Amino acid sequence: MSKPYYDAADLRKFGKITEWSEELGTKFFDYYGKVFEEGALTAREKSLIALAVAHTEQCPYCIDAYTKDTLQRGITKEQMMEAIHVGAAIKSGATLVHGVQMMNKVNKLDG
Amino acid sequence: MATKSLKKLGNDLAQSNKQIEILSNGIFKSGELPTFKDKISETSQFPIKAKKLEILQINVGYMCNQVCDHCHVDAGPDRKEIMTRDTMRQCLEVIKNSGAHTLDLTGGAPEMNPDFRWFVEEAAKVGITDFIVRSNLTIIRANKKYYDLPDFFKKHNVHVVSSMPHWTKGKTDKQRGDGVFDKSIKALQELNAVGYGMPGSDLKLDLVYNPSGAFLPGDQVAMEKDFKKALMDDFGIEFHNLFAITNLPIARFLDYLIASENYEDYMYSLVEAYNPAAVENVMCTNTLSISWDGYLFDCDFNQMLELPVNSKSRHISEFNEELLEGRNIVISQHCYGCTAGAGSSCQGVVA
Repeated sequence: MSKPYYDAADLRKFGKITEWSEELGTKFFDYYGKVFEEGALTAREKSLIALAVAHTEQCPYCIDAYTKDTLQRGITKEQMMEAIHVGAAIKSGATLVHGVQMMNKVNKLDG
Repeated sequence: MATKSLKKLGNDLAQSNKQIEILSNGIFKSGELPTFKDKISETSQFPIKAKKLEILQINVGYMCNQVCDHCHVDAGPDRKEIMTRDTMRQCLEVIKNSGAHTLDLTGGAPEMNPDFRWFVEEAAKVGITDFIVRSNLTIIRANKKYYDLPDFFKKHNVHVVSSMPHWTKGKTDKQRGDGVFDKSIKALQELNAVGYGMPGSDLKLDLVYNPSGAFLPGDQVAMEKDFKKALMDDFGIEFHNLFAITNLPIARFLDYLIASENYEDYMYSLVEAYNPAAVENVMCTNTLSISWDGYLFDCDFNQMLELPVNSKSRHISEFNEELLEGRNIVISQHCYGCTAGAGSSCQGVVA
């Protein structure tokens, strides 16, 4: 039995990516930190966006991280689930809107 | 939802030495995470020394009408440890002769001590004007004999500090028990009715938020804004400040962390959030904790872990302010709870 590809404990080691490319890693984490600061959007709004995107990206580390982050901000599980539905709606909408392309092609080939 | 204390259940974690063992071994013994002593030594902050005494935090008993999931006291209706009037008299002697200006009463539910009101009245007579009572709110609605507590608090200008884990019923009742939210709301409305928590009022009403699970509290200012809006919109309730407090990994919360397999992750979160600036103002530097039977501790958490003050003056009967000032604070890994993020104390963030 091989080890799983994802290990939850690896999230703690994320910072270590700077060890093999210090400048780029540091720039990334500076940028990342800045993005989530309170700005035109509140840190709370950003956290909910991150939670939704974590799901559409299907990133298990991000899901762990932003589930915890939203909980820390007092966000309720109902709000968290609604945020994920927003992501899911865009994902399914993105699939279905391509249906128009399919329809166009059918009409051209078999119209 | 818990209904009995760990002590009543005969749980190993009701023993303070068992808790210390867990906090000292595992990831801290292996060096995977630095001990608190090593961490504060990195910034030359070891040892932490007690400054001038300002606050006496007296735990008048572990009895409580609630059995909250996170309780570091392991309090509940089955706990019988209660401070006697004799010990209270010894505390009054100390209050008269020490430089402490604030009396901070906690428990359990401090109001359940039969001599609670007598103690407040006597302390007022010897000149204490700054009272804090850590009230769980529901006690005010628990029995007719407590219905007039808001008036009693008002009479002595008691600063009321109350736990309120969330502005929604679901999250509150999950942590503190079924029906706690509705009773707490009613109690807050009654406190508002006598003037507590109103804008500009001298009758101070502050709320304490602590997380309902294995995560740290968010930004205190942002949380306060959310609480104020929700409690006003939904129930017309006013309060002054919100204190965001971190759950320390001891007693029932430690039991929960271990049972839910969150202990290591939680300790990682605490260590990652370590803030040396918070060490400067941890509450043990200006507060002394007194147990129901009169022993002295650096804080209520050390009291529960039975880690006595590092001083020859160890009991209220042999209180010596000079000996206690400058003492080295007794620390272990639970102290990371007070230095995470913006820090945590009974007065909220410290950094």
